[in-house]
Amino acid sequence: MIFVTVGSEIAFDRMLSVVDNWAASTGEEVFAQIGPSEMQLSHVQYKQFLPPAEYQNYIKHCTAIIAHAGMGTILSAMQHCKPVVIMPRMAKYQETRNDHQVATARRLGNRAGIYVAMDEDALKEQLTNIHLLKAGGAVSSYASDELIETIKCFIDGKSK
Amino acid sequence: MQLLRLRPAFGQHSVSYLTTIEGNKSTVPESACFIVKDATRWDKFGLIVMLCQIMFIMIRVRPDVVITTGAAPGVFAIRIGKLLRARTIWVDSMANVDALSMSGTLVGPYADLWLTQWEDLERKNGPFYKGSVL
Repeated sequence: MIFVTVGSEIAFDRMLSVVDNWAASTGEEVFAQIGPSEMQLSHVQYKQFLPPAEYQNYIKHCTAIIAHAGMGTILSAMQHCKPVVIMPRMAKYQETRNDHQVATARRLGNRAGIYVAMDEDALKEQLTNIHLLKAGGAVSSYASDELIETIKCFIDGKSK
Repeated sequence: MQLLRLRPAFGQHSVSYLTTIEGNKSTVPESACFIVKDATRWDKFGLIVMLCQIMFIMIRVRPDVVITTGAAPGVFAIRIGKLLRARTIWVDSMANVDALSMSGTLVGPYADLWLTQWEDLERKNGPFYKGSVL
């Protein structure tokens, strides 16, 4: 099962169209969290929003994730060792406020397990090879030691 | 979500979370979790509602330390935190890879600890790079 997620804030129909067409031509089992969208997908099961437990469940049981380039999803994918194809939202399509997702995609695109599709054609290509994509190595559930230590020392520094 | 990856830093201290997403409550069953209205800088009325909500919550909770990864709720929490004499930490979201967030640049200098998760965004007087959530 392929899991698609666009986050809960803004719709991302441009990405969902590509996935729906791909599912139509391949018969792949796909579940999509489509956000505040009124789109009707014909070859994909979908819901607008998922409670955290259900979302985690889909992440755990999918073979791969297709997502907007949101940090939360990327972190979830890496924590659960699932390959994730990220497609950045673009401000010019009113999919987000600025192009920070484009920057995120460029910066994280060369990490193991993260695959970038900058546009619809690139996404179609990644979808064609979806079952060949490999997940990155396991990442810990927590931040880097240095960051945790820095914050811990700050918090404990002047504890009453 | 990035804050949860910092949990080991909280140690045995009592933690209260503040979020704009109702669904997040179930991810921290062991802690208090307050929900506030979501708003961005383009929604002035929403921001005022959010500010009032955060003020009431923080006056009740009286935190010793306030830590946030942004954005608008984080700005309010840091400013109110300082008024309540809390120590404050701003960790710029990992999503801001090329430039600091606007809210980060606004409030970072007021935070007691101002961090960025990307090394090349580090500056002499802050934000500082001390690692990332990933």
